[in-house]
Amino acid sequence: MSTPVITASALTKTYGDFTAVDGIDFEVAPGESFGLLGPNGAGKSTTMRMVGAVSTRTSGSLSILGLDPNNHGPDIRSQLGVVPQQDNLDQELRVRDNLLVYGRYFGLPRAVVAERADALLEFAQLTDRKKAKVDDLSGGMKRRLTIARALINEPRILLLDEPTTGLDPQARHILWDRLFRLKEQGTTLVLTTHYMDEAEQLCDRLVVVDKGRIMAEGSPASLIREYSSREVLEVRFGSDKNAEAAERMAGVGERLEVLPDRILVYSENGEAALEAVTHLGLEPITSLVRRSSLEDVFLRLTGRSLIE
Amino acid sequence: MSAASLPAAATTAEVALQPRRSALYAGNTGAVIHRGLLATRSTNYLVVLSGFFEPVFYLLSLGIGFGALVGTVQTSTGQEVPYAAFIAPALLAVSAMNGAVYDSTWNVFFKLNYSKLYQGMLTTSLGPLDVALGEIFLALLRGAMYALGFMVIMQAFGLNLAWTALLALPAVLLIAFGFASLGMAITSYMKTFQQIEWVTFIMLPMFLFSATFYQITVYPEAIQWVIQALPLWHGVELVRGLTTGALSPMMFVHVGYYLVMIAIGVVFTTSRLRALFLK
Repeated sequence: MSTPVITASALTKTYGDFTAVDGIDFEVAPGESFGLLGPNGAGKSTTMRMVGAVSTRTSGSLSILGLDPNNHGPDIRSQLGVVPQQDNLDQELRVRDNLLVYGRYFGLPRAVVAERADALLEFAQLTDRKKAKVDDLSGGMKRRLTIARALINEPRILLLDEPTTGLDPQARHILWDRLFRLKEQGTTLVLTTHYMDEAEQLCDRLVVVDKGRIMAEGSPASLIREYSSREVLEVRFGSDKNAEAAERMAGVGERLEVLPDRILVYSENGEAALEAVTHLGLEPITSLVRRSSLEDVFLRLTGRSLIE
Repeated sequence: MSAASLPAAATTAEVALQPRRSALYAGNTGAVIHRGLLATRSTNYLVVLSGFFEPVFYLLSLGIGFGALVGTVQTSTGQEVPYAAFIAPALLAVSAMNGAVYDSTWNVFFKLNYSKLYQGMLTTSLGPLDVALGEIFLALLRGAMYALGFMVIMQAFGLNLAWTALLALPAVLLIAFGFASLGMAITSYMKTFQQIEWVTFIMLPMFLFSATFYQITVYPEAIQWVIQALPLWHGVELVRGLTTGALSPMMFVHVGYYLVMIAIGVVFTTSRLRALFLK
């Protein structure tokens, strides 16, 4: 394996008594698409800010592109593209000017920036909106512009903090398509998300983070293999009857997870599990057999769901 | 279009970065200024102009109108000058101050807390000193524009009494720089709009009492000391000496005062931006 572009070991960040990131270790290889999956408040954004060289670690070590962000913040930042959780586009500038001006912040020559800006507007599907005011763009367009802006300096690592949070499903899919193209081109992507589908679509490898710690690490498929069964049966009996039904269902499938609104049955064969349930004389109001997802991995690891 | 024609992001990391920039300064203040000038396109010019006219109205009403009742007054160097020529240089200093302060308080506060502009800038290779210097320069520019316009009006009314009035131009730049720098430093510590109102609250008495409309000698000595500690008095005395042609060694003190003010403002703004966005 080639030299990692990011190496973190025992990386810790505390704010007063609160430990936001509690001694995490990870490496990111060049060209890899790496994700931090976890609920809100897990320490993902704090980790991203340390990697982005805009937040100083409390302890541990961190190396970005071979440099320590404590001493080489501007050098590191010049090689990163950052898509923050909340868009911070320049409202006082038009769409294309946002790209031009941002490129100049990196000290790039005008002509270079102009050429890249046009290509990036194409990539972000915003060429026909290049003279628009930022305020007049939709949420999805703003996000795409933010991503285009993050690419203006041809970064070696693109950091995306919750890239599709708050977008409607169609806008999310357009964005995923754009990010997937970057990934195919070999751009190193580091993203945080609390959407399991996003992590499954975009990440080669991910860490599951909760309360500032890494709970598990691996590819989406290997995590599902390791921490969940192949299939999941979801049954609902009505909120007051779920607990009682769950007691009678003990022994069905490999493992049961009782949630307030439904019961999850982990099994290699969901249909067979459903048959076993009906065999017990139980009649669920609704039932659904699906493949295991990272949501199930997270539930298994933490006992909680990702989106609370 | 195909993704291939996209400016390809670099994919290899075999060569470690060669460090060259300091953590505070990337030598790229120009990019911050360029952004500020582009952004003025979306500015409401009526608001900008209203700030310019304030001292002009004072000149017309008090200098020309009220001045007809006063006749001549004596400057601190003992020179007899028409009342309008006495207050005009003070108002010139005020116009430089106003422009710089409006920009470095209200506008900076908005960019700091609402538009997240500086936060965005500091995720690039810009350092906090680049941002501080660029933004201070833009505030200074507004002060300088106000002052330049006011100079033209003074000239038209024949209120520049000596050739040294030309030196008032660099003097007002210095004054605008001082207020822009300190203004941004103070604003960077503010959290609410109410706190900005305090600045306006302090500026009004400073404007009225800094030997703007009469000699400082009307006050008891203790009050004089207070006035002389405030920045506007130094600006008023410096500019008045230059436009009336009464040069004195005290001018070096005035200039020195502003140099210190600029330095303090830049240092505090830079360290505050760093503390806010690179912590």
